[in-house]
Amino acid sequence: MSINPSENLARPGRSPRWRRTMASVLLAAASTVAVAGPPTAEVNTTGLAVTDDTVTIGILHSVTGTMAISETGSVQAEKLAIKQINDMGGILGRKIEYIQEDGASDWPTFAEKAKKLLVNDKVASVMGCWTSASRKAVLPVFEQYNGMLYYPTFYEGLEQSPNVIYTGQEATQQIIAGIDWVVKEKGAKTFFLLGSDYIWPRTSNKIARKHIEKLGLKVVGEEYYPLGHTQFNSVINKIRLKKPDVIYAIVVGGSNVAFYKQLKAAGIDLTKEKPLLLTISVTEDEIRGIGGENIEGAYAAMKYFQSLGNDNNQAFVKAFKEMWGDDIVIGDVTQAAYLGPWLWKAAVEKAGSFDIDKVRAASPGIELTTAPEGYVRVHENHHLWSKTRIGRAKADGQYEVVYETADLMEPDPFPAGYQ
Amino acid sequence: MFDGYTMSELGSIFAMQGFAGLILFSVFVLMALGLAIIFGQMGVINMAHGEFMILGAYVTYLCSNLFSTYLPGLFDIYFFIAMVLSFIAAGALGMLVEWSLIRHLYKRPLDTLLATWGLSLILQQLYRSIFGAREVGVSLPDWLMGSYPLTETIEVPINGIFVMVLTVLITTAVYFLIFRSGWGRQVRAVTQNRIMSGAVGINTERVDRLTFGIGCGIAGIAGSAFTMIGSTGPTAGQLYIVDTFLVVVFGGAQSLFGTIASAFAISQSQSAMEFFLSGSMAKVLTLLTVVGILMLRPQGLFSLKIRR
Repeated sequence: MSINPSENLARPGRSPRWRRTMASVLLAAASTVAVAGPPTAEVNTTGLAVTDDTVTIGILHSVTGTMAISETGSVQAEKLAIKQINDMGGILGRKIEYIQEDGASDWPTFAEKAKKLLVNDKVASVMGCWTSASRKAVLPVFEQYNGMLYYPTFYEGLEQSPNVIYTGQEATQQIIAGIDWVVKEKGAKTFFLLGSDYIWPRTSNKIARKHIEKLGLKVVGEEYYPLGHTQFNSVINKIRLKKPDVIYAIVVGGSNVAFYKQLKAAGIDLTKEKPLLLTISVTEDEIRGIGGENIEGAYAAMKYFQSLGNDNNQAFVKAFKEMWGDDIVIGDVTQAAYLGPWLWKAAVEKAGSFDIDKVRAASPGIELTTAPEGYVRVHENHHLWSKTRIGRAKADGQYEVVYETADLMEPDPFPAGYQ
Repeated sequence: MFDGYTMSELGSIFAMQGFAGLILFSVFVLMALGLAIIFGQMGVINMAHGEFMILGAYVTYLCSNLFSTYLPGLFDIYFFIAMVLSFIAAGALGMLVEWSLIRHLYKRPLDTLLATWGLSLILQQLYRSIFGAREVGVSLPDWLMGSYPLTETIEVPINGIFVMVLTVLITTAVYFLIFRSGWGRQVRAVTQNRIMSGAVGINTERVDRLTFGIGCGIAGIAGSAFTMIGSTGPTAGQLYIVDTFLVVVFGGAQSLFGTIASAFAISQSQSAMEFFLSGSMAKVLTLLTVVGILMLRPQGLFSLKIRR
C-alpha cells in the first residue's frame, strides 16, 4: 500500500480534480501533524512503528485452540482500553493502532508471532500471553529484540524481566493474604492442597504450604492431577476422610468444571463451609463453565471481582458491556489485561518518548488511580502493588466481596524463605 | 500407605473407592462403546470421536436453555429428551461424514486417521464460532445433582448412578443390536468378508453408513451424559479421547467384551491407585501397565479369531 504520491501525480492522464483531492488530503494530513504531539523524530529514535499521527502496538493472545476460552476476555479488555485511549486523543497526539496475532494455544507459535511483531512490524509494545508457558516461550524473543510485553495473568512469580510488565498478581500476593484471612476469620487449622499438575499450582502450593507451616498449622494432604483430568471422585473421598478445615484448590481449565460438579454431586455443600473451599484459580469467567449453583459458597482470593463497587469499576463494567455485549462477565485477568495499555500510556507520557528503554526507565513508580480494581502502582520489580480481596461465589456466577486487605500488597516475585 | 486410617475408615475407603471405580468404569464404557463399534466393525479410527461427544453436550446445552425458557414445567425431564436429540444429531452428522468423507477412504486406514483428525479440528473451530470460545454451563435438574448418604462417610452421587444405569442400558442395546438382530448379522458378515457379503446381497455401503452413524450417535449420548460430570467447551472432547483410545486398544480392537473388560481393569486400578498415590502418579502407573501388557499382547486383551 505504499504508493508514492509524487509518482502518481506525475503520471499523465490524471484529471485535475484528482490532483486537487490528493493535494487537499496531503494538506489535511500535514495540518493534523501541526496540531498533534511532538515530532516523530523526537519521540521515536529507534525506528519503531510510530508515524506522525499513529503508533502501532501488538496484541498477542490465543483466539483459537484450547486457551481461547481464557484469552478471549483479555483481548476484549485490551481493545476496549485502546479504544478509550484513542477517544481521549491517543498517546502523545498519536492514535493507537494494533496488529493482532493469534498464538493459537501453541507456545512455539507465540514465539514466532512475537518475533514477527517486534522485527517486521516494529510494534512499540505488545499486550499479550496468558499461560506461563507462552510467556516463557516469548521471553527470549522480547529480550533479544528489546520489546515491551504487558502480561496480564496472575502467575507463580520467580521471574522478573526488564522487558515485561506483570499486570496480574504474582503468587505471594494472592496466597498469603488469602490464607491469613481464613486462619484469622474462619479459625482454619488444617488444609488440603489440591492442584492441576504444572508449574503454577505446584509453585503456589509450595508457597501456601510454607506459609501454613510458618503459622504452626497443618497440611493434611497435597494432590496434583494432570491437566484435563475429569474424574475427581478419588480425591473427594480422600478429602472426606481427612476432614480438613480448608480445601485449597488450584485446579484449572476444563478440570475445574469436573471438580466442582463432582464435589457437589458427592454431597459436599460449599455453602456450609465444612470444609471451606478457597481457590485462586476460579474467576467469574470460569464460573460460567462450572455453573454458579455448583460452586456457590466457595471463596476466591484475587485482586479483582466484577462486583467491586467503586466508581472506576462501575464505569469499566458499563463500557465493557456496551462494547462486548450484556451477557459478558469480567474476571481478574481481564481487568489486569485492561490495565496494560493504560500503564503503557502513562509510562510513555512520563518518558515523553516511545523508545523502549525510556519507557522501561519511566515505568517504576507509575500510578493508575483510574484502575477498575482501585489504585495500583508499578514496583521496581515490574510487578504491581495491589490489594488482595476475598470474594464468595454466589449462585448467579458473581462474587460477593467479603474482605479486602487494608494496604496494597507488595509484589515479591522471589519470596525469601518460601522456596 | 495405610497409616493414619482406622479399620472402619479403611472399610469405607474401599467401599467408596470401589464405587468411584465403578462410576469411572461406566464413564469409560460409555465413551469407548461408540469408538469400539466403528473401529472394530469397520477398521476406521475415528479421531473426531471426542467432537461427536461434544456435539451431544452442546445439544444438551441448547435443550436446557430451551426448556428453562419455554417449558420450565418439563425441566425435570428435559435430560432424557436431550439425550435422544443428541443421539439423532450426532448420528446424522456421523452418517453425513461417512457419506462425504469416510467411504472414499475405506482401503486407506491411515488416511482415515488423518481425515478424521482434520474433521475434529474443523468441528472444534465450528463449535467455537457458533457457541464462543468459552465453556458453557449446562444447568441440570436438581434431582440429578445430589447425593444419597449410605452411612456417615459413604455418600453415593446420584449422577454417578445415573451414568451407570445409562451405560448398562446402552451396552445391552448394542449387544442385542449386533448379536441378536438381522442388521447386526449383516454388520458382522461385512466385517468378516466384505466381498462375499456383497455377493450374497447385503448392501455393504448402507451397513457401513448405519454402523458409523450409530457409533457416533452413542458418542453423542455419552457427551450428553457427561455434561453432569465434566465441562462443555469447543475443545473438551480432547479431554476424553486419550482415555477412550486407551480402553479400546487395550481391550482388543474388535471385541466389545474386550472393551468392557479393559474399561473395568483400567478404571478400578486407576481409582485404587489414585487414592493411595497422587493423581499424576496413578495415571503414569496405569499407562505403564497398559504399555507393558500391550508389548506382550499387541492384539489387546481379547481379539476375534478370524482368518485373514
